[in-house]
Amino acid sequence: MYDKGKVLIGLAIFLVLALSVVGYNMTTGDHKKPEPEKPKGYTACVKDTDYMRSSHMVLLNEWRDEVIREGKRGKITTAQGIVVEKSLQNGCMHCHTSKEKFCDTCHVYASVQPYCWDCHLAPVEPTDGKEAQ
Amino acid sequence: MKVLRPIIAVLALIVAGGVLGIWQGTQMLVGVILPSIAFLVLIVGIIRKVIDWAKSPVPFKIPTTCGQAKSLSFIKEDRFESPNSKSDVIVRMFLEIFLFRSLFRNTSAGIKSNNSPKLHYGPSLWLWLFGLLFHYTFLTIVLRHLRLFTDPVLPGLAMLEYLDGFVQIGAPVLYQSNLIFMAALVALFVRRLVMPQVRYISLGSDYFPLLLIFSIGATGMLMRHYFRVDVTAIKQLTMGLVTLNWTNPGTIHPVFFIHVTLVSTLMIYFPFSKLMHAGGIFFSPTRNMANDSRATRHINPWNDPNIKPHSYAAYEDDFREFMVAADIPVEKELPPAPAAEKKEEVTE
Repeated sequence: MYDKGKVLIGLAIFLVLALSVVGYNMTTGDHKKPEPEKPKGYTACVKDTDYMRSSHMVLLNEWRDEVIREGKRGKITTAQGIVVEKSLQNGCMHCHTSKEKFCDTCHVYASVQPYCWDCHLAPVEPTDGKEAQ
Repeated sequence: MKVLRPIIAVLALIVAGGVLGIWQGTQMLVGVILPSIAFLVLIVGIIRKVIDWAKSPVPFKIPTTCGQAKSLSFIKEDRFESPNSKSDVIVRMFLEIFLFRSLFRNTSAGIKSNNSPKLHYGPSLWLWLFGLLFHYTFLTIVLRHLRLFTDPVLPGLAMLEYLDGFVQIGAPVLYQSNLIFMAALVALFVRRLVMPQVRYISLGSDYFPLLLIFSIGATGMLMRHYFRVDVTAIKQLTMGLVTLNWTNPGTIHPVFFIHVTLVSTLMIYFPFSKLMHAGGIFFSPTRNMANDSRATRHINPWNDPNIKPHSYAAYEDDFREFMVAADIPVEKELPPAPAAEKKEEVTE
């Protein structure tokens, strides 16, 4: 092999970079699946679980456009017959009271940074079940 | 049509990934086992290739230059077009690797006929532009994907995602890098099809990676914007891959498995194809050598050490008599040897 030293240094850098991800995860402990806290007393959201899991951001975007841009404030009735306001803080967060225990669990896990909180004030984390408005 | 077979190959891969991605058992095969093997093939394949290259001797000093070499002090030297020292070579290589400088120097000749046809030479920067855009957006996309392979997510990735989705179009937000990436791939592909000279020299192995990477981008964007797959489930699978705790949550959309099949194919294909230019650039003697053959002697590693250099002076020593006899001018005349002349006369 010619230029052995240089080639081996290059290969070592390549290997370290390629395997750094494995090494990084070994040092950061166990990797648990996020468990968002579900609201007590409710069994169904405004749409089915699969839709909410994958597409809640689309629904929120639609609501924002309808409410803020078109002025169509409305109410939505869930499968359980519960009436929900088309609103993040008065609708969604009426049941899902905690941003940290619900929204953030998955968002932090998958590094998703929704820009909800650019405009909305992040709610005070509930201690008594009620949020500040 | 050399483009047909790559199209069929990529379509076959998409169908295979999609079909195998339907059932939980085969999902394990195509979503976990295949990428693990592919990653190993990528790493081992690259290392083998690099060692193979490192074992190849470079018999001659062959840097390609396109500027004035170092010469007399009053002649202006072009340091990076004709590097004379190791540091100049490093700068030249750096510019080549990060800015694709040799592509930037492309020119094209053509006939411009506004009023009268005129031969015209001009810069031809499309390949450089789209190549550069493609490579840097690809890098951005690969780095962004680290969010699925690190837990907690690497610091800095959030900022990268934020900047990449700066225009905040839609939800989930559209990344600029994705758009530029796809546009650049289309441009590079169309370039091969539309320009007659380039189409003539294009092979299946030129079209295949473009189509494959385009399909990877397309399935990726479909997953994000159309199917909106369950990212937490996917991250469980990908974290399983990098921590060797193989799992399949079972709730992942088949399009993810198409994406993974295509990416795995790319990883397996990489070390055996033109994509190895990523490592090959470092081993290009036309780029990584200094143009200093007048200052330092390049020893050909093929040389048999038993064969000693034979100078002209030594050559003349061997054949001086015959050269003089044949009226070939010599640097050192024959020693005056009257005795020898007499002998010759005697024999005659």
